[in-house]
Amino acid sequence: MNYFELFGLPVSYDLSVGELKDRYRDLQRAFHPDRYAAGSQSEKLLAMQKATEINDAFATLKSSVERAEYMLKLAGLDISHETTTLKDPAFLMQQMEYREHLEEIQNLSDPLDEIMAFEDQLAEEHQNLVKNISVLLAQDEHQKAAAEVRKLKFIEKLQAELERLEDQAS
Amino acid sequence: MAYSDKVIDHYENPRNVGSFDKSEKGIATGMVGAPACGDVMKLQLKISDAGVIEDAKFKTYGCGSAIASSSLVTEWVKGKSLEEASTIKNTDIAQELALPPVKIHCSILAEDAIKAAIEDYKSKAE
Repeated sequence: MNYFELFGLPVSYDLSVGELKDRYRDLQRAFHPDRYAAGSQSEKLLAMQKATEINDAFATLKSSVERAEYMLKLAGLDISHETTTLKDPAFLMQQMEYREHLEEIQNLSDPLDEIMAFEDQLAEEHQNLVKNISVLLAQDEHQKAAAEVRKLKFIEKLQAELERLEDQAS
Repeated sequence: MAYSDKVIDHYENPRNVGSFDKSEKGIATGMVGAPACGDVMKLQLKISDAGVIEDAKFKTYGCGSAIASSSLVTEWVKGKSLEEASTIKNTDIAQELALPPVKIHCSILAEDAIKAAIEDYKSKAE
């Protein structure tokens, strides 16, 4: 049973986070260890394994990157532990500029406005990549989808760095 | 995870940080990135008419191992021909810096940066 099936959801990149959370809560309740407190050792063990699987599945399906990697893995393309080097010069030049911008922001005395503006910009890029990934996965264009997932990882890394700056600034 | 002394030395005193003016003659640029950690590396080579690397500069956004790997290769490629530089292997870099297995990809990135810069030079020469 794959994670989508576990959650009773169609195998599709587009999923409603609200629906995912609802199903997660239902499953958590159904397999809560307390319900098996009076059960046999093997029943307890099974319930615990199921609870762990449910948590792993939720974390995977919730994340834009991990959900895409999981779908690619189901399709036979495992990119989650790869050490492939990305060589798209235009994309990397842009990443270099973003990192430089991040450094500039770090040196501002009042960086919050710049942080917000940059957050919006990155959110838009994130959204565009997610849209591309969704279309490419639906078309079974696995290699092309993988290329977009790799870019998404760079954007999420920047977003994490920016969030760290925001925490420091506020 | 503990960094080796050599990584710390390159990280604290990185050699040849910066950029060349791209319009300058004989400048080749290699841009590479590692999706796993979001590291970005730019390696620039200044190449003489005879095909010898006269100077090298780098700019890397990433962890200490990625910075040390790129700093080290700027030292290694200087004075080498393009053919010699293209034989530098990530295993040499990893060994010199005593990189742990989880940081091997940083040395792969540095090797790929040299290759990308050489490709850039060759594509411009054609």
